Amino acid sequence: MIYLDNAATTRPKPTGVAEAVAAAMNGWGNCGRGTHPEALKAARVIYGLREKLAALFGCQRPDHVCFTPNSTMALNIAINGLLGPGDHVISTDLEHNSVLRPLYHLERQGAELDFVPADRQGQINYGDFEKLLRPDTKAVVCTHGSNLTGDLVDIERVGAFCHAHGLLFILDASQTAGVFPIDMEKQHIDVVCFTGHKSLMGPQGTGGLCVRPGVEIRPFVVGGTGVQSFLAIQPEEYPARLEAGTLNSHGLAGLSAALDFLAETGTDRIRSHECALARRFYEQVRDIPGVTVYGDHMKAERAPIVALNIADADSGEVADELAERFQVAVRPGAHCAPRLHRALGTEDQGAVRFSWSWWNTEEETDAAAEAVRTLAEE
Amino acid sequence: MRQKEEQCVVTFRTTAGAMAMEKACKAAGLPGRLIPVPRTITAGCGMCWAAPPSARDALEELVMERRLQVDGIYAILL
Repeated sequence: MIYLDNAATTRPKPTGVAEAVAAAMNGWGNCGRGTHPEALKAARVIYGLREKLAALFGCQRPDHVCFTPNSTMALNIAINGLLGPGDHVISTDLEHNSVLRPLYHLERQGAELDFVPADRQGQINYGDFEKLLRPDTKAVVCTHGSNLTGDLVDIERVGAFCHAHGLLFILDASQTAGVFPIDMEKQHIDVVCFTGHKSLMGPQGTGGLCVRPGVEIRPFVVGGTGVQSFLAIQPEEYPARLEAGTLNSHGLAGLSAALDFLAETGTDRIRSHECALARRFYEQVRDIPGVTVYGDHMKAERAPIVALNIADADSGEVADELAERFQVAVRPGAHCAPRLHRALGTEDQGAVRFSWSWWNTEEETDAAAEAVRTLAEE
Repeated sequence: MRQKEEQCVVTFRTTAGAMAMEKACKAAGLPGRLIPVPRTITAGCGMCWAAPPSARDALEELVMERRLQVDGIYAILL
């Protein structure tokens, strides 16, 4: 199988990830529950992971890196814990449902939303952020990269806009964390929400949020923390403030190993390899009669994703043909990005999304492009 | 049970705070280890750093220098 569904989850994971998970399962106690050597083994690795992620995202303090099962949970925590009725929030048409649904939920509670629109090519105009600004605007919540087209948002520009107007900036880094540079300080980001199983190459069930010191997020879930047991409320201090219940320490052990791999291999090198393959594929499919490619491929900086359709064929049928006849694994359908599909005019058809990771090769990429050509000619 | 002797104990409000302390102490070559918080300090759960009383000044200096997030520093019999 040629696996080109890495935007859904990277596969395989680096050597060492599964081993780290197994070693944790067989050798660790519970992080923060007791001080015997097995519990401390877990606590040390988890704290070390906080340090690695703080360094990766430019978060000032490792104890402000809080773990969750995924970025959806992180986004729910950030959005519900910082915003409420009476607040106006700006977002974009590029968002995934992990941003949209928490925002719509907030809207039903009395918040007001505006979305920077995407055009027929899926592009946004940065001047629209300024146009949507209101006196009661409290935050911008947006993605770093579209999971559908791979187009990146200029987060430095959005961060500067937020900083200039005193707005909170909550970033969904699900599609970019670990591969594209993110610096909370330089880019004025208040909360970075990430998942561990995509470009960070860790296990599913890992993720979290990095919080700028001074940004006080109301706890979304409360419960056991291993500290301050007689306190009736959730401890105020990060990370315990946002981490009720036992962590997925086993998964986080794998994520820690994955971050070591990223550091050893070099994120620039990984990004360059993945983007070169996506570009190679794009160059081969762009002129095939009947093929429509979405997003702005003139930009050099983009996530390693190519979304396309073949004439008016159902994207699900195309993906099924690719899997069954050509052993190419891709994702069809709506990609949890309803607003962008509406902008692109692909609500009914969906889109066939090809996405690369470090483990893919030129041969695989060429074979996938050839499969698209064959299907388009049939 | 072992015989009690005076110890310098540093407490924290989160496990992350305790882990940062352990890491900083090891890097600085300061003595001590993480133990359960004794009930003479608090009846909650959690962990604290226990070290010989002679290390107190060095520990306090480290806490200030590294801005470690500690809850309190105590001299108690353990």
